[in-house]
Amino acid sequence: MTEELHPVRLVVNETAYDIRVPARRLLSDALRQDLGLTGTHVGCEHGVCGACTILVDGKPMRSCLLFAVSAVGVEITTVEGLTNADGSLGPVQQAFAECHGLQCGFCTPGFLTTITAGLRDNPDPTHDEAREMIAGNLCRCTGYQNIVKAVERAAVLGAES
Amino acid sequence: MKPAPFAYTRPGSLAEALATLAGDPDAKVLAGGQSLVPLLSMRLAAPSALVDINGLPDLDGVTVTASGVRVAALARHADVLASAEAAAVQPLLAMALANVAHPTIRNRGTTVGSLVHADAAAEMPVVLSLLGGSVDAASTAGTRTIPAAELYVGPLQSSLRHDEVAVSAFFPALAPGAGVAFEEITRRQGDYALCGVAALVDGASVKVGYLSVSDVPTVVDLSGIPVEEMGEAALAHLEPADDIHATADYRAHLVRVLTTRVVRSAYDDARGRR
Repeated sequence: MTEELHPVRLVVNETAYDIRVPARRLLSDALRQDLGLTGTHVGCEHGVCGACTILVDGKPMRSCLLFAVSAVGVEITTVEGLTNADGSLGPVQQAFAECHGLQCGFCTPGFLTTITAGLRDNPDPTHDEAREMIAGNLCRCTGYQNIVKAVERAAVLGAES
Repeated sequence: MKPAPFAYTRPGSLAEALATLAGDPDAKVLAGGQSLVPLLSMRLAAPSALVDINGLPDLDGVTVTASGVRVAALARHADVLASAEAAAVQPLLAMALANVAHPTIRNRGTTVGSLVHADAAAEMPVVLSLLGGSVDAASTAGTRTIPAAELYVGPLQSSLRHDEVAVSAFFPALAPGAGVAFEEITRRQGDYALCGVAALVDGASVKVGYLSVSDVPTVVDLSGIPVEEMGEAALAHLEPADDIHATADYRAHLVRVLTTRVVRSAYDDARGRR
């Protein structure tokens, strides 16, 4: 039995992509396999780890808990869309580099998207708010201290720019 | 970790969605999907079809009146939490919603979906039960109102029929002079609670709702019992169980400690509103 394919238009990082996918294609898999945007990482695939977090109309959501067929009519932002217009690192990316906020980097795309949205809502977080901002993302390398520092550094960089 | 194949429709009207559901007893409704998609990915559920209601008009929004808060089917947890009007009319909503998973999940997950998912470890079913709210369910036969007391029939089982869509939920307003409080204990912030307690006090009336310590969302009337003994009294109605996260004894301990603490905070809340 061949599975029915559904035509879907995904708008990702301001580019429209027309793809045909089975209904069960997770958005995380569509981004990686159908669009070739492998910056979004797939960890637990049941919404716990946060590695696949993307922005949907600016709000962080788990791409592994969305179906591609259901992600129509929205603007999606992945980690590939977080750089500045000139291709240089965006403020959150720059802060991660400066603060050593990553080691293996697997979880990093999910942190970057989550923090980008978090700082948009709260541009000057307290230390506790910075911790709260990343509470839904797991990192198994860093112990989080440098990620929290990166949130605070990104807030400073964002205020300067 | 990939779902089994299923047919998919994204109806443009509620009537179309209801007709599809009526024609396929094995179809499921997809709203936020934050509980459903993991179940599909782990293949704990394999419905024949998903009826995606995210494209339906008029199912968005949180409507607040003096009598309470009506939450439509596509209102996300984050939408309800962000409503200052809703928090003013029924403060228990925001108190509990802040404990529902993480903000990222709340951005997509719907409050009504959580209610009819009927997980006894979830916050909102207990809140609806404690407040005596209701869910409106539509089918091709019409719309009926299901009181919370008749909604939860077993573990992960609601009385919503397969051909029905829960179109909204109603949370009654806090009565003048009454108070509410909510607290839960989790291993990590955003995890399922080991035990959660919500309290509604109004004069001598004390009602307390429990999550994660029974198979179904459970509300116990503890009026007339000394506050230090309320937790012990509530345990007669609860079934805390052992699992990988906590022992039954520890959960029972949390029931005792949290009941006293949360009932006292509810009285503080009531005093603060005078």
